[in-house]
Amino acid sequence: MNKPLLGLVLGTILGAFDGLTAWFTPAVRNALLGIVIGSTIKGLIAGVLIGFFARKVNSLALGILFGLGVGLLLAFAVAAMQPGPDHYYFAIMLPGGIVGTIIGYATQRFGVRPQTLVR
Amino acid sequence: MTHFLSDSALERLREAADSPDLTGTRYRLVDKLGQGGMGGVYCVEDTELERRVALKVISVPNPDGAGTVRLLQEARIIARLEHPGIVPVHDAGVLPDGRPYYTMKLVQGRRLDEHVESVPSLSHRLRLFLRICDAVAFAHAHRVLHRDLKPANIMIGPFGEVLVMDWGLSKLLGPSPANDISIVHADSGAAAENRTMLTAHGSVVGTPGYMSPEQIRGDASLDQRSDIYSLGAILQFLISTGNAEAMAKPLSAIRVRAMAEDPEARYQTVSELSTDVAHFLDGLAVSAYPEGPMVRAWRWVLRNRTWILLLLAYMLTRALLIFFRPR
Repeated sequence: MNKPLLGLVLGTILGAFDGLTAWFTPAVRNALLGIVIGSTIKGLIAGVLIGFFARKVNSLALGILFGLGVGLLLAFAVAAMQPGPDHYYFAIMLPGGIVGTIIGYATQRFGVRPQTLVR
Repeated sequence: MTHFLSDSALERLREAADSPDLTGTRYRLVDKLGQGGMGGVYCVEDTELERRVALKVISVPNPDGAGTVRLLQEARIIARLEHPGIVPVHDAGVLPDGRPYYTMKLVQGRRLDEHVESVPSLSHRLRLFLRICDAVAFAHAHRVLHRDLKPANIMIGPFGEVLVMDWGLSKLLGPSPANDISIVHADSGAAAENRTMLTAHGSVVGTPGYMSPEQIRGDASLDQRSDIYSLGAILQFLISTGNAEAMAKPLSAIRVRAMAEDPEARYQTVSELSTDVAHFLDGLAVSAYPEGPMVRAWRWVLRNRTWILLLLAYMLTRALLIFFRPR
């Protein structure tokens, strides 16, 4: 699987899973569908960005670092958009960062680089 | 009146007589590189291309002799093996003194038996071994047996090139005994156990310790599995030389299978052998060493440990966040 596609698939799955874990928080259970959709889109965007980065830069360390950065940044944006006084920065950004790290690692380690076309 | 020549004078005369007559050729003699049972190898300057090459020539001019035929057949066999791991032949012919010759790339580097001590890493040594296997597999694909594979016949170039040398005992695999074009020779400077056995054509040829049992018996029907045995012996040499660490069981099993007494019990092709070594290097299961499900599972965990640790870290974080969620 090529790197952007792997990032997209992994980001979508992990994003959806991340959103579903909101079910364990009764206070937000009513808004579960919105959280899952938002989290999935966040994962998808992160996955594609990290996947394209992995295609350009072939370095496991930089891939992981970029994944962590993108994961944290998008999670920060989501936390900042939370209505009400509590933004749950820690609870949203920590798993977001780990998800980004996982995608960064997976795209570098398992993604296939595009073949060079010789004319 | 009797005149005696000193030993050194005799030696100089012998060297002068042995030296190839390069008059009228494009080559100019530079140095002698080595001497075998049938001929010598010289460093010569190719004056047209302005480069140094190695020239192999038989000692005694004999245009119709078996040596002449064999040397030219050896050159033809190497010439058909165009591979980065096999020394290329540039030219072949007959010198003005009637001796046949061929020229090949002048390989500067160290023999594997001299080089191995400077390679402490087992994985690096096994990667060298895989490159030897590549060259031998290529030769087998072209129906050529080497029959004298040993560390002394592997050269490691200054840029890490791995070259399988000395195809003088090589044999074309085929139904007719006429295809046996073995050339019997000796490495004059090698240690006794490293020395190619000097025997008559059609009987035992090779190097003790690296020859397969069927080669020692003088079987006429040698096939690629004989070279596989020799590769197993090279693998053993690479693993054991200057390496105090215990041999891993799968690697030991690979060696044992490659060096099995019965050719049927060995790897049947070089690629099977090299695949197992590559799998060992990658932390995968090898065919020579059957494993139980628990060992396989543990191997999978070890191979994917980063991936598993990241997922566990995520799950743990999620669990802790759920457990300590604000109420």
